[in-house]
Amino acid sequence: MSDPMKIRATMVGDKVEVKVLMSHEMETGQRKDAKGATIPAWFIQNVSATCNGKTVLSAQWGPAVSKNPFLSFRFSGGKPGDKVVIAWTDNHEDKRTDEVTIA
Amino acid sequence: MDRGRRSVLTGTGGAAVLGLAFAAGLLRPGSARAEAWNKAAFETRSLNDAVKALGGAPPTQSAEITLSSPDIAENGAVVPFTITSKLPKTESIALLVEKNPNILAANFQIPEGTEPWINTRIKMGQTSNVYALVKADGKYYYASKEVKVTLGGCGG
Repeated sequence: MSDPMKIRATMVGDKVEVKVLMSHEMETGQRKDAKGATIPAWFIQNVSATCNGKTVLSAQWGPAVSKNPFLSFRFSGGKPGDKVVIAWTDNHEDKRTDEVTIA
Repeated sequence: MDRGRRSVLTGTGGAAVLGLAFAAGLLRPGSARAEAWNKAAFETRSLNDAVKALGGAPPTQSAEITLSSPDIAENGAVVPFTITSKLPKTESIALLVEKNPNILAANFQIPEGTEPWINTRIKMGQTSNVYALVKADGKYYYASKEVKVTLGGCGG
């Protein structure tokens, strides 16, 4: 359905820094189209990040998160070669999961 | 209804009862299923209401939280924020924009081992105070900052 996420996971000292760029409209439900009809809200609600099966970050988002959301965070306990898996679910129950190997 | 809960209901004022029942009702599904989206919290319009919907008491201001962003955002549709918490046992970090239609923008759960540091981008409808709300050791704390917006990002 949606385009893959761009994920980068690199070692910064002894921590893993993850940068994620998701591809999503993040429609607020506040805007109107040319005919004056409200464009329904369409946005990512839940985000989770796991590394070696352990959750390293989870988030709940509202429609105020920018279009094509960017997120960056750091965690310890990862090493080069481990996989970081990012998943999101939007308010249409659409899902997307992508993974990256820590460089 | 169990007896403990009834004594709570009779022992407090009407408004407090509503708030308590609200918080109790929300906390249970939240803790049982981390995936459930907290609809009530995302529909609130003030910092205190948002914290209440998240299940906490009114937050206190803390100098241990750093909220950094541009002072003036040219484009309200994409305003970058970095939040750092130096509070021990930071459990979650939320970002709230006072003058957006709904105040809560995003809420991040920080498990043990993850640095209490978040960098993300959110929309701002107009110039507003922005709050970084941190839950640490069961209590809520916040830091705030005014961000001027020259072009709003919520309307058409």
